[in-house]
Amino acid sequence: MIKVSDLSFSYRKGTPVLSGINLELDQRSTAIIGQNGAGKTTFVKLLKGLLKADEGDIFVNNHHVKETTAAELAKTIGLVFQNPNDQMFKRTVLDEVMFGPLNIKMDKQQAKENALMAIRMVDLQGKLDINPHDLSLSEKKLLCIAAIVAMDPDIIILDEPTIAQDHAGKEKIKQIIKALKDKNKLVMTIIHDMDFVAENFERTIVFNEGKVLLDGDTRQVFSQKDMLKKAHVEPPGITQLAEMLGIQETILTVEEFIHRNKEAARD
Amino acid sequence: MNKIVVEGLKYKYPLSDTLALDDLSFQVKEGEFIGIIGKNSAGKSTLCQALVGLVPHFYKGAYGGKVFIDGLEVKNQTIADISLKVGMVFQNPFTQVTGSKMTVYEEIAFGLENIGIPRSEMIARIDYVLDLLKIEQVKDQNPFDLSGGQMQRMAIASIIAMKPDILVLDEPTSQLDPAGSEEVFQAIQSLSKQGITIILAEHKMEKVALYCHRVLLLDDGKMVDINTPGKIFSRGDLEQHGVAAPVYTRVCKELGVRKAGTSEFPVTLAEAESVLRGRKI
Repeated sequence: MIKVSDLSFSYRKGTPVLSGINLELDQRSTAIIGQNGAGKTTFVKLLKGLLKADEGDIFVNNHHVKETTAAELAKTIGLVFQNPNDQMFKRTVLDEVMFGPLNIKMDKQQAKENALMAIRMVDLQGKLDINPHDLSLSEKKLLCIAAIVAMDPDIIILDEPTIAQDHAGKEKIKQIIKALKDKNKLVMTIIHDMDFVAENFERTIVFNEGKVLLDGDTRQVFSQKDMLKKAHVEPPGITQLAEMLGIQETILTVEEFIHRNKEAARD
Repeated sequence: MNKIVVEGLKYKYPLSDTLALDDLSFQVKEGEFIGIIGKNSAGKSTLCQALVGLVPHFYKGAYGGKVFIDGLEVKNQTIADISLKVGMVFQNPFTQVTGSKMTVYEEIAFGLENIGIPRSEMIARIDYVLDLLKIEQVKDQNPFDLSGGQMQRMAIASIIAMKPDILVLDEPTSQLDPAGSEEVFQAIQSLSKQGITIILAEHKMEKVALYCHRVLLLDDGKMVDINTPGKIFSRGDLEQHGVAAPVYTRVCKELGVRKAGTSEFPVTLAEAESVLRGRKI
């Protein structure tokens, strides 16, 4: 769905933020991880056409990003910003979520339908007339997800979706990701919560100093302890515990750990 | 010595029908490191704001009970006076930046200028916090050009520079990567060891378990419990209160493995490893 070749970018001459990125992204849900400053957010802004690449090409669903306006791309690829305040400016929750669809010239009826569906998906239907700025930070984050989902793009990128979410909020986001996957959307995320990555994403890409250091199935990526260390990334807690206890295979979730324990007890 | 005393604290935001804080009573000793946990809207941020006086002085609303900071009753003090004793780092660093300063260095100086710290002392303090939070390299940048993580470090630095006796932090590492988050926790721990009292609202339970002396569990504005991490995370009703225990505790609960000689489950990686070592897995 996305093809990136030889991509390089810098904000200031002489200090490249990204260099020589080659990636093909398919329908697998994908987590991008790595240290602050590794170039993750810059990368997704380039995919969305918010920044222009210095070198290299990006194709998003056969649109050549360089030659497509950001407005045109908005129908195909949606980005939920890390800081919700960067994204909100309407008076009510419903208006906020309808803004995107109307902006890409969806007709009003359809825009409202999509908006209401997206609002239900994030469970804010009780707050349609509330001013977005009166929501809590966790609700604002959910609202911003709804605002993008309502535009119905094929690709949805979530920048740090689990910030400010409690246990229930994370479960909600887990369900949203699953629902989007079931609709054949490509769901990507930039995230520091490794437990959440292990539980929810099929593919993981590790960025380090503007380059792709690791890329593969999440389990395979989290098995490469030394490479992760280089990128200053730690495997999920349960993965570390299993490894310390000498379990050979890479364990990603508590359920897997328990399951394995039951099997061992049976032998 | 008790640094913070809360007695029957009740609070309701203006225009709200429900109590955000409902009859809280607890004491915190000087130098203690307290974690506040609970689901969203349980009252964590409101309690933080009540300790620095923003509740009730800034938000108004209905207020009952008493909060003493170092013997001073919050209700009878101005926010300015309380701010000399307690510093607070907000949940969202973007809301804490003054917007009136052009560089990170000046931004950190802002609070110090406000309380009239002499210039040479200001420079020493700013250099110390730039180093402690590892943001020396961005000191000449505009605060709004920083990444989320850098901005969060700056927000913490600007409060630590004020040298408060008590530091209240509302999810201070939400924007940071795991390594950065660990660094900040270690910085906070080192302040705690210097005798500064720390109050931390946090969702990262693994960190709470590792660093906090005691944990205060809130639900619907009420205090469910305040106790050691081991006792709190071993409770059987955590999920009902909307909290998931650290992953290490959850796995040991499932397996029914407790810490030797206690009724508690392990709460950290090291504890879990030591009880599970030698088991056939």
